[in-house]
Amino acid sequence: MARPVQSKSLTIEEGAFAAFLVLLALICIFVTAKADDGVMGFHAAVGAIFAALGVYFIFRGYSGRTMNVAQEIDGRPNYQYGPIKFGILASVFWGVAGFLVGDILAWQLAYPALNFDLPWTNFGRLRPLHTSAVIFAFGGNVLLATSFYVVQRTCRTRILGNVAPWFVILGYNALIVIAGTGYLLGATHGKEYAEPEWYSDLWLTIVWVVYLIVYLGTLMKRKESHIYVANWFYLAFIVTIAMLHLGNNVSLPVTLFSSKSYIAWAGVRDAMTQWWYGHNAVGFFLTAGFLGLMYYFIPKRAGRPVYSYRLSIIHFWALIFLYIWTGPHHLHYTALPDWAQTLGMVFSVVLWMPSWGGMINGLMTLSGAWDKLRTDPVLRMLVVAVAFYGMSTFEGPMMSIKAVNSLSHYTDWTIGHVHSGALGWVGDISFGAIYCLVPWLWGRREMYSLKMVNWHFWLSTIGIVLYITAMWVSGIMQGLMWRAYTKLGFLEYSFIETVEAMHPFYVIRAIGGALFVIGGLIMAYNVWMTIARGEAAESEARPAAAAAE
Amino acid sequence: MANMHAIFEKNSIVLLIGILVLVAIGGLVQIVPLYYLDSTIEDVEGVRPYSPLELVGRNVYVREGCYTCHSQMIRPFRDEMERYGHYSLAVESKYDHPFQWGSKRTGPDLARVGGKYSDEWHAEHLINPRSVVPTSIMPGYPFLATAELDPRLIKEHLKTNAMLGVPYTEEMIENAEQDLLNQASADNGDDVVARYPKAVARDFDGNPDKVTEMDALIAYLQVLGTMVDFSIYKDEADFR
Repeated sequence: MARPVQSKSLTIEEGAFAAFLVLLALICIFVTAKADDGVMGFHAAVGAIFAALGVYFIFRGYSGRTMNVAQEIDGRPNYQYGPIKFGILASVFWGVAGFLVGDILAWQLAYPALNFDLPWTNFGRLRPLHTSAVIFAFGGNVLLATSFYVVQRTCRTRILGNVAPWFVILGYNALIVIAGTGYLLGATHGKEYAEPEWYSDLWLTIVWVVYLIVYLGTLMKRKESHIYVANWFYLAFIVTIAMLHLGNNVSLPVTLFSSKSYIAWAGVRDAMTQWWYGHNAVGFFLTAGFLGLMYYFIPKRAGRPVYSYRLSIIHFWALIFLYIWTGPHHLHYTALPDWAQTLGMVFSVVLWMPSWGGMINGLMTLSGAWDKLRTDPVLRMLVVAVAFYGMSTFEGPMMSIKAVNSLSHYTDWTIGHVHSGALGWVGDISFGAIYCLVPWLWGRREMYSLKMVNWHFWLSTIGIVLYITAMWVSGIMQGLMWRAYTKLGFLEYSFIETVEAMHPFYVIRAIGGALFVIGGLIMAYNVWMTIARGEAAESEARPAAAAAE
Repeated sequence: MANMHAIFEKNSIVLLIGILVLVAIGGLVQIVPLYYLDSTIEDVEGVRPYSPLELVGRNVYVREGCYTCHSQMIRPFRDEMERYGHYSLAVESKYDHPFQWGSKRTGPDLARVGGKYSDEWHAEHLINPRSVVPTSIMPGYPFLATAELDPRLIKEHLKTNAMLGVPYTEEMIENAEQDLLNQASADNGDDVVARYPKAVARDFDGNPDKVTEMDALIAYLQVLGTMVDFSIYKDEADFR
């Protein structure tokens, strides 16, 4: 069969990325040589190796292809799936790793000998590793991968760029390696969920700008007249995370060759900026982004349209406007001025409404397809995720009421609340999306084993229930013990007595976490077997598209 | 409504601008006034920049993630004030880059831990918490006692803080290296105390041969919450 005229040339995009990475490698080598501390030397060396690998991949990609990449093949968009596949596999890997570190932390709190008295294994350094691994490594890869998939499919066009999407996903994972090893070696900003040091922040900024360009560019060249609702949420996530990241992380390094920097903001102003960032990492990374998943994968899997188009409009604009105001509820009764605390509380309570609007929109999408919950464990996972979303978004506004917060703040109740959202909502919606995407991306009929999906569902659900109930009890109990007085008007408990009382609940929590980890391992095995041994799908075979990747 | 919304759905740049405008408002309203409202930070005397040794100790505190289990923010409740002391003021963390108020009390609040325990207690406790608090669940940090301080970059640390608004004087920056080492000995510490009022100079870790991270961390813990003199502080003046 004769093909049309073939042409092949090094594109401007390939050349520009290669030149940038060569320059970066040279800078990294220079910094390695001059580094003021071991961490900087190590990270600069790793950066040089990553940059060199990037250059190698660009030229291998160039020499490996026979012609310039086509936008369409036989009238159908030539979707780029390579970076998406990488992101999905990375999310499975980081997910299991992050859950595991979390469970180790849980056991450390029950049995402190497990800290081993070493710098690299103590709770204080592992905790940021856990939070970053699950939020940014697991959650981030899910968001990058699904956003690249959803934007291509709902715009019916190939993603913008050939190297750029790869740069985004690989650059982001390089950041994870740098940040994660940094925590273990002691490089940290000391701000929750924003621990990566100044050079990691700079690198993330570059990656994120390219991400925004790729995403927006793909929207702009869409073949559909309307931008689908899932993309509104993804775009809000990308733009707002950029704003928060830049605002919260302004810092001045001690020297250009030192891994240590000081945050520009101080004291009460830093506290406000931190929780403006911190709560909206929840609001835009873990909520808006994953609502993008909800609006694509639930209708798709259920085979029903989104319940209400109008509700999705209200949901979207109300949610993104209100969320930004809620940060001060992390600072109730602190030295933050009262007016700011009150604003934070009021907006947090009001936020309950759009949150539940979104939940209703997700759940009611199943109208006419409820029976599928009995037969399809993947859909069940997606729907239970939305149920957990509803539960956490009720609990959150309640805890942000100052009277409730005076009891719950500083206790495990907060930890339980976070995990009902993180494990229940973010975890389950991600697992559901992965179980949808793996067969679609690798051209399989279905997951290797739906039975294993079912096991994963029940193990993680039981694990979550154990986790959050243990934390409710321990949190409320400790809060009450701290403020308990004897008849004679003395504090009833010393602090350490309230710590001792936590032990049984810490063990229950750790067992719940272990169940969640086992669920993750089952998923990893199932994904692997689907790719290696899954039955090929009949209809949607795309040999031409596959060859072009 | 559907028709009016079409402009956002058909034009990605309009959608982008719409999002940017909406998400910018909340942060601007909550953060910007903190920089111009005088009532944000109380006008109280006594709070000074950290001495070089305290600053290095603070960096150890940040590095080891102490903030993941300890708060430094006492709330104005009867039980907290009886347990920890006077509620925290904004002014007390005005030179903290970053703030370390924390969000969880797996261990007790540390905002006023300074002066509550002896240096020996802190050293023992940091090396093996269960030697002094048998049921403690805190990790041990024995490696701090052997990690010798490297004074080479301390001037740069002070300069960086000064650039961010911490009032380190030329004199403080000039003498940073010797101040760092001298504060960890009882004999040579007079200059440090003169430059940093209420600082204490002594061998914090019980090992006079070396100046270690243990010295620095204990120096930091011992200064926490001690800068403001609450015997003369009047709450009413700063009710906001």
